[in-house]
Amino acid sequence: MLVYALVAGLLFGLYFSLVGIGLNLVFGVMRIVNLAHGDFLMLGAFIAVGVSALAALDPLFAVPLAFVVFVLVGLVLYRLLVPRLQGSVNPEMLSIILFFGLSQVIEALTTIAFGTSERSIPSSELGAILAPLRVRLFGDADGPVELFGQTFPATWAISAMVSVIAIGLVYVYLYRTRLGTLTRAVMSRRDEAFATGINVDRVSAAAFGIGLGLAAVAGVFAPFMFGSVTPAFGEDATVTSFAVVVLGSLGNPLGTALGGVVYGISYMLVQTYLSSWADLLPYVLLILILLLRPSGLLGRRVRVA
Amino acid sequence: MPSTLRHLLFIVAPLLIVFAILPGVYENHLMLFNFVVFLILAQGVNVIYGFTGYLPFGYVGFFGGGAYGFAMMVMHAHAPAPLALIVAGVAAVLLGLLLTPLLRLSGAYFAIANLAASLAVLHFVANPALEDITRGPYGVSLTATFNPNAAYWAALLVLALTLGVVVFLKNSRFGLALQAVREDPVSAAMAGVSVVRMRVVAWLASALIAGLAGGVYAWYVSVFFPDNVFSGTFSIFAIVFALFGGVATIIGPIVGVLILYGVYNLIGFTTPQYFQLIYGLLIMGLVLFLPAGLVSLATRRGWHVP
Repeated sequence: MLVYALVAGLLFGLYFSLVGIGLNLVFGVMRIVNLAHGDFLMLGAFIAVGVSALAALDPLFAVPLAFVVFVLVGLVLYRLLVPRLQGSVNPEMLSIILFFGLSQVIEALTTIAFGTSERSIPSSELGAILAPLRVRLFGDADGPVELFGQTFPATWAISAMVSVIAIGLVYVYLYRTRLGTLTRAVMSRRDEAFATGINVDRVSAAAFGIGLGLAAVAGVFAPFMFGSVTPAFGEDATVTSFAVVVLGSLGNPLGTALGGVVYGISYMLVQTYLSSWADLLPYVLLILILLLRPSGLLGRRVRVA
Repeated sequence: MPSTLRHLLFIVAPLLIVFAILPGVYENHLMLFNFVVFLILAQGVNVIYGFTGYLPFGYVGFFGGGAYGFAMMVMHAHAPAPLALIVAGVAAVLLGLLLTPLLRLSGAYFAIANLAASLAVLHFVANPALEDITRGPYGVSLTATFNPNAAYWAALLVLALTLGVVVFLKNSRFGLALQAVREDPVSAAMAGVSVVRMRVVAWLASALIAGLAGGVYAWYVSVFFPDNVFSGTFSIFAIVFALFGGVATIIGPIVGVLILYGVYNLIGFTTPQYFQLIYGLLIMGLVLFLPAGLVSLATRRGWHVP
């Protein structure tokens, strides 16, 4: 049981890292609290449902589609919203309210378009194109996968795998590309980056787009990890993302990976041994971390009033 | 005439009189009651956000805490409603005391931690393991104190008290000191303002206000579930109403509630998704074009807004 909880926690945790990483990228670069983060996740899930139901394709094809669509959405939204917001007196606070408004708009439009019914995708559809690979590795084309002598739904393993790849790509972007280096410069000292001639606006727009794109990619797997999605799913997803992000440290995207794993494992442990208290965990963990180590597990700078 | 008296006479008294008369001429009492509750909550947000700059994103935690404080007293101690109402306020203040460490956080960190705190309280109260004490997720039923009329008058009393607090903050050295702390804590401390004590007092006052509101709400509805009284809608509505009118004023939150909650009652029930859409767009427009609220339309012209 302990092994099961640990491995399941690891798989979930890797997925939670992907859920939170976009939120953290946006906060780290722009000091903007994207309270609509979960709603972009929800929209990504609807893209997956659409790809699977309308085009009868493996939901994995929704990953590149969701990413590209939401990077573009992010670039447009950035132009519309952010410059005005940053001209105001208290952008950090007002961003919370602004993006809450955006989340309401998204939820309302989705409800008007698709209704409030729960959407799910048969779990056998995810990773159908990987079947030949699976036959070679595990000897069967579907059914649960076996890790460390325990069996887990194959969808968990695929979601965790894609999450690892996505986080790896974020690492490559931040540490191996020019735009990524500039992004890190803006993250650590916005005004100095501006003074050295970095086009802060362009860097921020890119980070905002990528942040939303990553949220949508995480959303593609939401129907499998959470069973089903509704337009109202975004709100819970936002709170969970915050717990993961704060745990890892706000403003450090790679810390989110650690935060996600810690969150996932402790969630599974509490679920296994103290199930009625499991719902409390994310919130208590969030408060404790904020109070005891406001900079997060990997953070350096402390931000205390 | 001193401005305190002017504010009490020309803003607070007319509002209270209108809401005292309305139940006699308008039959939808639940709606009137909700108006009063949101007037209280919006002013409670005003006290903490308008005067100290802390955005209480989990403000409903105090409201729900008050409602459950009321319910505990009625269910287990068989207390009369007025006593239970006082306990509701005390419960919220205790919760506020427990959460004072959150004031060490700044900006978005505080807002998020406060949201997490309210959700933690919700999941604590709704835990099936505590069924003997809180009835867990199954909700409470308080038939012993059921009396909507008395609850409505109690709500008006709480509203009067709340408005009194805001008028005091608007016209006293204490309120001025709070606003100085909001603008620049370091300079305020240099000028001899006790920053920490000021913030804690404002924080507990706004907790008390929300707790009393939760108490009268529990008294009025008498049957409720944890998800009802801890619904994030209360926090969000209260914050948006207060901001829409304009915080750190007396009439701003009042105007915000009357307009926005009025719109909600016109279209919110029949077509909630369209209300949500309009409401979301309104919020976004507000932040982008009128970040200081409706009252800034007047203050921009140099008019003084109480």
